[in-house]
Amino acid sequence: MSFTIFVPADSAALALGADDVASAIRDEAARRNITVTLVRNGSRGMLWLEPMIEVQTAKGRLAYGPVEAADVTTLFDADFISGGAHPLCLGLTEELAYLKNQQRLTFARVGITDPLSLEDYLAHDGYKGLRSALTMKPAAIVQQVTESGLRGRGGAAFPTGIKWQTVLKAEASQKYIVCNADEGDSGTFADRMLMEGDPFTLIEGMTIAALAVGATQGYLYVRSEYPHAIRVLNKAILLARAAGYLGEDILNSGKTFELEVRKAAGAYVCGEETAMLESIEGRRGIVRAKPPLPAIEGLFGQPTVINNVISLASVPVILDKGAAYYKDYGMGRSRGTLPFQLAGNIKQGGLIEKAFGVTLRELLYDYGGGSYTGRAIKAVQVGGPLGAYLPESQWDTPMDYEAYTALWAVLGHGGIVAHDDTADMAKLARYAMEFCAIESCGKCTPCRIGAVRGVEVMDKIIAGQTAQLTLLEDLCDTMLHGSMCAMGGMTPYPVLSALKHFPQDFRQPLPNPLPKGEGTIALSPSGGKLDKGESLCESHINQNAGEQHA
Amino acid sequence: MSQHPQQIASIIAIHQDRPGALLPMLHAIQDATGFIPPESIAQIASALNLSSAEVHGVISFYHYFRISAPAPHQIQICCAEACQSMGADRLMQHATAVNSTDFSVHPVYCLGLCANSPAMMIDEQLHARVTTEKFAKLISGLRSAS
Repeated sequence: MSFTIFVPADSAALALGADDVASAIRDEAARRNITVTLVRNGSRGMLWLEPMIEVQTAKGRLAYGPVEAADVTTLFDADFISGGAHPLCLGLTEELAYLKNQQRLTFARVGITDPLSLEDYLAHDGYKGLRSALTMKPAAIVQQVTESGLRGRGGAAFPTGIKWQTVLKAEASQKYIVCNADEGDSGTFADRMLMEGDPFTLIEGMTIAALAVGATQGYLYVRSEYPHAIRVLNKAILLARAAGYLGEDILNSGKTFELEVRKAAGAYVCGEETAMLESIEGRRGIVRAKPPLPAIEGLFGQPTVINNVISLASVPVILDKGAAYYKDYGMGRSRGTLPFQLAGNIKQGGLIEKAFGVTLRELLYDYGGGSYTGRAIKAVQVGGPLGAYLPESQWDTPMDYEAYTALWAVLGHGGIVAHDDTADMAKLARYAMEFCAIESCGKCTPCRIGAVRGVEVMDKIIAGQTAQLTLLEDLCDTMLHGSMCAMGGMTPYPVLSALKHFPQDFRQPLPNPLPKGEGTIALSPSGGKLDKGESLCESHINQNAGEQHA
Repeated sequence: MSQHPQQIASIIAIHQDRPGALLPMLHAIQDATGFIPPESIAQIASALNLSSAEVHGVISFYHYFRISAPAPHQIQICCAEACQSMGADRLMQHATAVNSTDFSVHPVYCLGLCANSPAMMIDEQLHARVTTEKFAKLISGLRSAS
């Protein structure tokens, strides 16, 4: 009799010793003459339980975690392979409240299948979206995506269907699909988990995008900090090509789509879409002026669809189950689900895919179980290093793009970083400026010089020169309105929100540190985050347009 | 001092006709030799019909590329917000206080292990929930290995 055991090969599990656990299981099974099949799956996303191993039982998959290599002998003693009782047993995976209460559409297979088994992918509804797309005209595919209400999950939240429509209409001999997988925001790991845990979904989504707009070449721009994701994607591309899902004449349709991984080189600003294009073309990652939009003149001057990993990976389910199915989730103009990433000082961190409309308090306490340190949570940064810090009074607002805009905050890529009451918000504001100074591409003055001045001013404020606060506000105003992209244009979000909500940390309470019109003007209608690159500059343009209308 | 001129020439030949060849070429050279030898810059530039200044500009723009031989092991400690909330500053201070020729310590801004902070990477090996004790244990492993 053979037993199937799942040991995740997700980076988070590996960082906590999953490889040691896997080899301990192999050794112990051999010692006991037991035949086991080890599947190296992705992570289920309950990251505080990693390495969380599972065994297949008649009732379903049973979870044990967090498992260390040293626990393996006692697990075998307890006959865990047949579902035996053990202190680390968590029960049936699907029944765990953290997972059971999620709405997994994009992450439906992550943690369940073997990421590099095409057979497993097909057995779990894989490539149904592509098969459906192959029966449709390009305009009909674009129509489905538009009707689903899908908006760019990188942070800018630009409607994906409208972007595709622009590329479809553009006349050119060559068009491109570029996946922005430069997930540089602290507190985010959804792209990484998806690429490592279900790479075929992303490949399928990109292939559908190619069919929709008439592109024949795609690039996946992946951060150098994600070596495991790069390895998995490269293997998955080879497997998909060998099986006829990529390359020439995809599934005998006569359509061609080639796909290649491009490794980034550690520049955060390359998450901004035009800087990313420069990087793929072999240059410094310097932001381009827009217009022209990349949809018209993008990679190598050709019409280019640029989407984030999660946007593209959400396309197969839309094409398989229909736009209405996807659109049924969510609220207002934020349709579908967002994979929230709960991180930082939190007891039960992980990935929670939920429809828009969930509140931060639910995520922090019902899922997260409060802070890791057991102290009170003081501030929560949502949307990466360019996102605002939210105080407790804002944790009951439904998480939706527009509701967050009204708070002068952003949902971004769904990253949530909790800080306990030992956090010094002035120090974090200084860090936001410092990060911008390190990562600025240097093209525009407000960002390049503003960030350096911001660090200097913050140092003076921290040293007690509170008169400098006026200068800080002026500086932020210049960066906010004068920067070319979200790098400089959104660095004021963490700085000013920290100042507004936690003035005691800056030594002197200020009545209203936000720019004029706060609360009435949509500063960033779509929210934004630099590294997912769905048109942050578009977001910035919209931002300016919004102000003109106001 | 370039001990790998032939190796570099063959890497250049493999990549030079790809669209946007420069980054893949630089990655391949650094993967093979540990760094990008400064004397290879003119060779790269000539193959891609660029000026040496342009190639140098690209190398210096990206944090990942280096033009001198690195220590045997690279330790990257995440210093971004999620790791800060779990004491990355203390870990970084502790790590940089250790003098060693076996490794060099660099800050990195996010390894994507933000729910298991603080995190670090030794070469390509990831480690999460790194305490100063765990750090000491990991670097003693490096020393005995090298």
